[in-house]
Amino acid sequence: MMTVMTQATSQSRTFAGMTGRAVMIALIVVAVAAALPLVLTNYQVGLATEILIFGILAMSIDILAGFAGRTSLGHGAIFGVSSYVVVYATAQAGLPPAAAFALGMVAATLVAVIFGLLAVRTSGVYFLLLTLALGMIVWGICLRWTQVTGGENGMRGDVRPEWLVAHRAFYWAVLAGASAVSYAMWRFVRSPFGLTLLGIRDSESRMRSLGYNVPVHLFVGFTVSGFFAGIAGALYAMFNNFVSPSTVALAQSVEGVLMMIAGGVGTLFGGFVGAAAIIALENVVSAYTERWQMVLGVTFILIMIFTPEGIIGTLRAMLTRKAR
Amino acid sequence: MHRRQFLKTSTAALAAASVGASPWRSARAQAGPIKIGLLAPLTGVVASGGKEMVEGVQFYLDSVKSQVAGRKVELVIEDDASNPDTALQKARRLVEQGNCHMLIGNLLANTGLAVANYVKGTGTPYFIPIIAADDLTQRQRIKNVIRVAGYSASAFTHPFGDWALKQGYKKIATISQDYTFGHEQCGGLAQVFTEGGGEIVQQFWHPLNTADFSPYLGQLADLKIDAVFAMETGADATRLIQQYSSFGLKAKTPLLAAMNGTDQSVIRTLGEECDGIIAAAHFAEGSDNPVTQKFTREYEAKYGRIPSLYGFSMYSGVMWVAEALEKMGGKVEDRDLLIDTVLKTELTGSPLGKTVKLDSYGNPIYDVQIRKVVKRADGKYWNVPVTSYPNVSQFWTYDPETYMKQPPYSRSFQGIKKA
Amino acid sequence: MNTFQLFNGLTFAALLFVVASGFTLIFGLLRIVNLAHGALYLFGGYIGFTVATKTGSFALGCLGAMVAIAAIGFVLDQGLLRFVRGNDLRQVLLTLGFAFVLNDLALVIWGGDSFTVPIPQVLRGGSRIFGVFYPTYRLFVLVTGIVVFAALWGLLNHTRLGALIRAGVDDAEMVEASGVNIRRVFLVTFLLGSALAGLGGLMGGAFLSLYPSADAEILVFSLAVVIIGGRGSLVGVGVGSLLVGLLNTLGQVMFPELAYFVIFGPMAVLLAFRPLGLFGRAA
Repeated sequence: MMTVMTQATSQSRTFAGMTGRAVMIALIVVAVAAALPLVLTNYQVGLATEILIFGILAMSIDILAGFAGRTSLGHGAIFGVSSYVVVYATAQAGLPPAAAFALGMVAATLVAVIFGLLAVRTSGVYFLLLTLALGMIVWGICLRWTQVTGGENGMRGDVRPEWLVAHRAFYWAVLAGASAVSYAMWRFVRSPFGLTLLGIRDSESRMRSLGYNVPVHLFVGFTVSGFFAGIAGALYAMFNNFVSPSTVALAQSVEGVLMMIAGGVGTLFGGFVGAAAIIALENVVSAYTERWQMVLGVTFILIMIFTPEGIIGTLRAMLTRKAR
Repeated sequence: MHRRQFLKTSTAALAAASVGASPWRSARAQAGPIKIGLLAPLTGVVASGGKEMVEGVQFYLDSVKSQVAGRKVELVIEDDASNPDTALQKARRLVEQGNCHMLIGNLLANTGLAVANYVKGTGTPYFIPIIAADDLTQRQRIKNVIRVAGYSASAFTHPFGDWALKQGYKKIATISQDYTFGHEQCGGLAQVFTEGGGEIVQQFWHPLNTADFSPYLGQLADLKIDAVFAMETGADATRLIQQYSSFGLKAKTPLLAAMNGTDQSVIRTLGEECDGIIAAAHFAEGSDNPVTQKFTREYEAKYGRIPSLYGFSMYSGVMWVAEALEKMGGKVEDRDLLIDTVLKTELTGSPLGKTVKLDSYGNPIYDVQIRKVVKRADGKYWNVPVTSYPNVSQFWTYDPETYMKQPPYSRSFQGIKKA
Repeated sequence: MNTFQLFNGLTFAALLFVVASGFTLIFGLLRIVNLAHGALYLFGGYIGFTVATKTGSFALGCLGAMVAIAAIGFVLDQGLLRFVRGNDLRQVLLTLGFAFVLNDLALVIWGGDSFTVPIPQVLRGGSRIFGVFYPTYRLFVLVTGIVVFAALWGLLNHTRLGALIRAGVDDAEMVEASGVNIRRVFLVTFLLGSALAGLGGLMGGAFLSLYPSADAEILVFSLAVVIIGGRGSLVGVGVGSLLVGLLNTLGQVMFPELAYFVIFGPMAVLLAFRPLGLFGRAA
């Protein structure tokens, strides 16, 4: 899809950076998504909302993994910090939802800045381990700083404003947010800056020799990625009206990475597909057995062996093969 | 089993029907089954307790052939994975997709608090026999959350503090898991003990899942104290008891435990290191009360192990709800009536062998047993009562209004009376 | 820090060393971050526990644990990892999936109760050493850690296999080019690393007990040890274990609020500025 896009941009007129075809596809997808609550039960609408939220998280991880070649195991912590700040701002500081939301995003971005400053000099497995360690520090703080975070018990709050309490209303609000965020991320990765990140992923040494300041680019990429993870975290706080150390735990980061991979690394929108696949799988599997963890592990293994490009990635590969 | 089929058919039904309730469906539902959603940690760090919770509920339902007040009972079980986010997700599933009339269960306090916050919004009756966070039945009461057949954390340690004074102990040190349940249990003991003239020499708090207690035991060994009170649950309890013994402290200083520490779920894999440890609890599986003996014997025959707090509490909890349902003709759809009736119902069939009532705050009143771990004839360890405190409420001998003016027990407030 | 706390730190360090040495062998030579290492530890502990209680012999339990986990390591390496050779990220994530499977399988087989490996009679009780009463078994763990270090040192520095491993850590391609069947060296290393995890599980299972989340905990510590000590260096693992073990004990006593920070703070800083660790060599 991306190669087609870049060709088309130079040939036809664009609307806000998108070709006519792209706009149509986007509108259809959003329209279908908006129509879903009319045929789904409340519970399923809740699931769809979760898919959208985690899709954003997966996409934010993909910005680094797919476009800069660095997989982070610390984005769960960034995501969760936003949730904590939003719940705290609402429940303890009594701020209105909009202000709390904004604070959450700021907090997540700050955490990403700190992570990024430390992480940009590493790559590959070391990057993975460093972000894992940083995530664990955040988790440890949330767990032990009981006065502020509630420690083990977590924090509850009535984060959702009155007009978003209903399942459908909240879903549509999240859908609007997810659409805006997806568009923003899409523009970002296709911008000159985003293309530089791609170049770094493909060959760091080449980019360096061409005069690009690689660490600075990675740092900015990390910050932007954290910003988007923060949006997902703030939405999650609204969804649950609750936050606890498990929201910032390593498992959350792992789940985000898994969703990204299931959808397809580097496909960006694969994040939604991966989130939908994992969440749907969990719902189906849990109806039949307690062994969800084992199923998840086997799925992980199978994806790594057979379809490491993920669902979208594999589809794309099949389409390009057919095109030949 | 009942759970999975129910979920599949309900999903199919919902998919076929239009969104939202229709009067036709709710009229039919009157005669349909009573759906109970059971949330328990079947995986994760407290998985063994979760399994026993399920057994306790099934043990009761099997004894009444899954029929209560003329209606069939369908039990839907979901795993909360010892994790509040998962607990929330499953609670949503049970209420919104499974259409359960009520929720029961959860083990860890943080999972219970998360679910309680959720049902505050939906009004679903939620029964928590195991969750012991004090405030859910004190200062931050939620109307539809009822601690049926459960206990609040400090309820048993209040009389325990009194018992410690009576043993002539003057100085005690406490070691506890660092979370609300631990703070509350220690606080209950500390308040009564210090108000009676005793001294809490030092308090140690450690994170949950501490593998190595040696740093704390080293410090404990250096103190001049009459006894140690240890508030531990699960694997932490196993390790503390073992390490307490292997470091030679058992021979020197008596160990007093929170009842979770000497619960069957812990001591059944231990040996002589748990012998003689004293705790305060409502349930002592080795009690000579005939009703308790019958319960313990039959449970052990069915599941191959002596019942623990988890099995006992869930059994009693679902029994309590069932007795309430009998009284109101099984009209479980009337939530307000169900909650009211449960609050007024006295548990007559309790394995404790005595009728149990709820106080006006929705918390049970028990006879508290001071119990000791002893070895049975067949070599297994169990808890036998040594003495008893009758009719102890969550407020001990304090006036409820006055008691609730003091802050809830926490790390910074342990109720310690300055000498 | 008094003698008692010092011993506590050292004995924990010894256990960490046994486990982390296996991890670094695999990481160093095969460049695989085996996130299933913790699960191998736990599974080894459970298997060793079952063997030890059924046969009444701690030694047989050790043997059983090591052999069984080496076998599981064989399955992991030859059965699964072979499909993703050369791709670091895929390998890491595959081992993570394997860890999930092992963890859940252990729950199915042994349930969620905590188990403790029975200590042989001769190692029970305590001894008076340097003025403190200290459990004999923990001293045994400390001695075992030292013995394992010596054995690995001997292997790496005085045997042909060890020379190949060390050369492979520096440059695997070169070793292959010189006609050695590097695949076999890799396999033996993987089996050895896994066996060490199993041994660690049995030994740890006797004084720290075995329970469903023990795998994640020991994995996290092992990662800290290997990152601080450096990839592929035996001395690095030794030093890393000492640091992490002592810091952990010190942290629990003096800064209980900062429990994890005391270890992960230094680890993160080290990774940021000296990503190869104290004694690591470039890949």
